[in-house]
Amino acid sequence: MRLAFVTAGRILRQLRNDPRTIGLMLVVPLVLIGLMAWIYKDQPQIFDHVGPALLGVFPLTVMFIVTSITTLRERQSGTLERLLTTPLTKGAFMSGYALAFGVVALVQALLASAWSVWVCGMSIRGPWWQLVVVAVVDAVLGTSLGLLASGFARSEFQAVQFMPAFILPQFLLCGLFAPRDTLPTGLKQLSDVLPLSYAVDAMNTLATTVSDNSTVFRDIGILVGFSILALVLGALTLRRRTE
Amino acid sequence: MTNNPRHGSSEPADAAVPGNPRHAAGEASAPVVGRGEVAIDVAHLRVVRGKRLVLPDLSVRIPHGEVTGLLGPSGGGKSTLIRSIVGVQLVESGTITVLGEPAGSPQLRHRVGYVTQAPSVYADLSIRENIAYFGRLIGASGDDVEWAIDQVGLGDHAGQRVANLSGGQLSRTSLACALVGRPEALVLDEPTVGLDPVLRRSLWTLFHELADAGTTLLVSSHVMDEATRCDRLLLLREGRILADDTLDGLLERTGTRDAESAFLALIDAEEAEGRGEVAS
Repeated sequence: MRLAFVTAGRILRQLRNDPRTIGLMLVVPLVLIGLMAWIYKDQPQIFDHVGPALLGVFPLTVMFIVTSITTLRERQSGTLERLLTTPLTKGAFMSGYALAFGVVALVQALLASAWSVWVCGMSIRGPWWQLVVVAVVDAVLGTSLGLLASGFARSEFQAVQFMPAFILPQFLLCGLFAPRDTLPTGLKQLSDVLPLSYAVDAMNTLATTVSDNSTVFRDIGILVGFSILALVLGALTLRRRTE
Repeated sequence: MTNNPRHGSSEPADAAVPGNPRHAAGEASAPVVGRGEVAIDVAHLRVVRGKRLVLPDLSVRIPHGEVTGLLGPSGGGKSTLIRSIVGVQLVESGTITVLGEPAGSPQLRHRVGYVTQAPSVYADLSIRENIAYFGRLIGASGDDVEWAIDQVGLGDHAGQRVANLSGGQLSRTSLACALVGRPEALVLDEPTVGLDPVLRRSLWTLFHELADAGTTLLVSSHVMDEATRCDRLLLLREGRILADDTLDGLLERTGTRDAESAFLALIDAEEAEGRGEVAS
């Protein structure tokens, strides 16, 4: 486990040396949320519906893209091959990424939720800290899915294409466009097995309900379960020996 | 070949079957004459990559505490052999024992240092940050990091971002990332490619210092001139070992004056032999 922290430290150091990427990861969600608030300036009830859902969508999407490309770079540069000849285990490698991007996610979540609530005027009824917890878990899930997806990408070009393939269907079915309860049979069931649905559910609960901890915590639990599943699958598909 | 004495005076009989791999596929476990045991023992290794049979049936023993050069044209299977030895290559059959353990086993991960052909370091970290990271993975100290930086002569640039380095500095950084753990065996895939002659000489000096201190080195190169720098040579072509000898032994056996000509002589001899077999 120590090596997971060592690896997380290395990833964060890489990020620190690349301020533009940090800027993009942290600022882009704020800009987009601000844009939504502006579009619905005269219909705040719509923003109150869309805003929390976006807080569920952005961390996952951003972390998914960043992770799938960084790990693909590890594969292509040969650093991954080299790492696999060192005492670093596959699990520690995966956890290192989850930890590092979890830290970035925490910062992103704090900024985005503070921005949404205090600057854009989004109203939330549940406790603020739960919003942050959901966003962090959501981002870690994005990282885990990115790690898993990068195993199937042969080039950065493919890795970028995985974003629409993995994320857009979840985006369409997560309840942002139509409440999940109103989806036709089949689609409803599909949205039940897509992780992003639970992030958006949790955000919506926090926005509309004063204290309904049980469903929020259930959703958080499901998100954690999905992340662990993705990390385990990712570690299994990560091969020490390749052709 | 494994029974060729190190000092190289091979029997004339050997010249008749230059580097025949079947001859090499060691029967007895007689250790190589020299500084002691066999560090890396490859037996009947067969590797297929995609649809290509890269190594049909390769057997070789690499002695402990020496610099063994793995020479041959690119595409001949050098990297595949190296990847098999460090345990990242899918192997169809055969056994590889490294320092007494099966290749790629967890016990070997802090005993074997590996440098990939393309410099595998993080472009967005400094030289020192790269070496420190690989060092931490293997439990090296801060002193080891400075030592490794020093060994590859990058002391003046250690704080520099890898993305801004020249090709030679890049490959030296990559090398230092393997040195930092002070491994018992170092497996280096073309570490001197593209370096200027002075640097190349200093790296070979370093390799011999490490070998004198008991490290086993396997160094690949497609530059035949580097043969003169190695204690032993393995000539690999089309997935087969053409020769496993010292340079002196090889030159004497083929009656040539440099490694390049010796290599050509071996290929010619083998092709002549092949034609002979067809004819008979």
